[in-house]
Amino acid sequence: QLDQRFWAPTCDCLRTVEPLEYYRRFLKENCRPDGRELGEFRTTTVNIGSISTADGSALVKLGNTTVICGIKAEFAAPPTDAPDKGYVVPNVDLPPLCSSRFRSGPPGEEAQVASQFIADVIENSQIIQKEDLCISPGKLSWVLYCDIICLDYDGNILDACTFALLAALKNVQLPEVTINEETALAEVNLKKKSYLNIRTHPVATSFAVFDDTLLIVDPTGEEEHLATGTLTVVMDEEGKLCCLHKPGGSGLTGAKLQDCMSRAVTRHKEVKKLMDEVIKSMKPK
Amino acid sequence: MEGVMQTDAKMRTESGAESSPRAPGCSLRHFACEQNLLSRPDGSASFLQGDTSVLAGVYGPAEVKVSKEIFNKATLEVILRPKIGLPGVAEKSRERLIRNTCEAVVLGALHPRTSITVVLQVVSDAGSLLACCLNAACMALVDAGVPMRALFCGVTCALDSEGTLVLDPTAKQEKCGTEAADVHHQGALLGC
Repeated sequence: QLDQRFWAPTCDCLRTVEPLEYYRRFLKENCRPDGRELGEFRTTTVNIGSISTADGSALVKLGNTTVICGIKAEFAAPPTDAPDKGYVVPNVDLPPLCSSRFRSGPPGEEAQVASQFIADVIENSQIIQKEDLCISPGKLSWVLYCDIICLDYDGNILDACTFALLAALKNVQLPEVTINEETALAEVNLKKKSYLNIRTHPVATSFAVFDDTLLIVDPTGEEEHLATGTLTVVMDEEGKLCCLHKPGGSGLTGAKLQDCMSRAVTRHKEVKKLMDEVIKSMKPK
Repeated sequence: MEGVMQTDAKMRTESGAESSPRAPGCSLRHFACEQNLLSRPDGSASFLQGDTSVLAGVYGPAEVKVSKEIFNKATLEVILRPKIGLPGVAEKSRERLIRNTCEAVVLGALHPRTSITVVLQVVSDAGSLLACCLNAACMALVDAGVPMRALFCGVTCALDSEGTLVLDPTAKQEKCGTEAADVHHQGALLGC
């Protein structure tokens, strides 16, 4: 541990003037400025079902990073090339509220990349079987609009978004829908609701690469900015890899990749345990 | 300076026709590259993998807008245009991957406060599009004379449900398998 009496006077100046050098001094001691180890996550908290107007919702806090996911279910005609499937439409929004680097207007690159990542996770992990969302083949199906909004951006947005999406999907209750044969109209029975069939539980673990060699888990906003590369590993419960997101940046050897995947497996267990506890503690509606 | 440069795959290959079967999991489709075919960009390249074709143009180092200027290195921009329609969210995601890969490799510190723009146009898509885009970008950067610390290449691998690996899959093989595109340089994974 660093001696605070020695470092305190130089701390603030160095952090602003030479942030990379400041970070390197901590990394040499195998820790980070906020006191975490290189492989340690920030405190994760989740609040499920907080938005009553949404069909399913979840709020996730990963340290300071706060992300809320709201899911609304609506009717739509199924796609013509897949008449027995419904839709899951994710959208990640990074409003100017969460960080000064985002401006109002059309979604910036970061938001679009995050939306594409969430869409890939949903597709690759088969979290929901799209056939489950079909009410009447060729005529009517559910479309789940998953809106993920960041309220506070302090790095590691992808992990928080994936967790929020998963928790919100577990919270979604869809009413029973029958098609009246005489009128051919859909009749919704709001009194009879059922949960979605969540088949897998993908959990994302993000890493930042420093100076082409050092890997740190769960980077904060500052660390992401200084990193030379990022990596996000999405695992499901059988230790199977769902998705690997590495948008360029410095290279990684096969061995390092394996380390990341083992860390992701441990993280999956922690997250699943937390989510199961929260769901169990919720009062049944 | 450069005329047409044909690079034929040295491994067992089958030429373009999709009906002819390839040796399982070992060979790439016939690939070729042509440089210096556009007159306006500083560098250009066309990369062909089977029936997938991508045209890349590089402008740079050129003047940069003050808002985008970085004081100690070059600003890299990548624009990817799909064959049909307007660029969407998927294109943005690919642009970021290509940009970060190029940033890791291009010696931006030699050209501070300038911009290097890579423009990619998809001419035809028959599978392995991302790998083809990466290869075209690399060859175009080389043709433009942008200083790089290494060359990078991209290969798309598809794993089907039995676990067999298919390299350089066609669009049909991609649909059936789970895809992954790797970018390698000196044995280190740059992106996927």
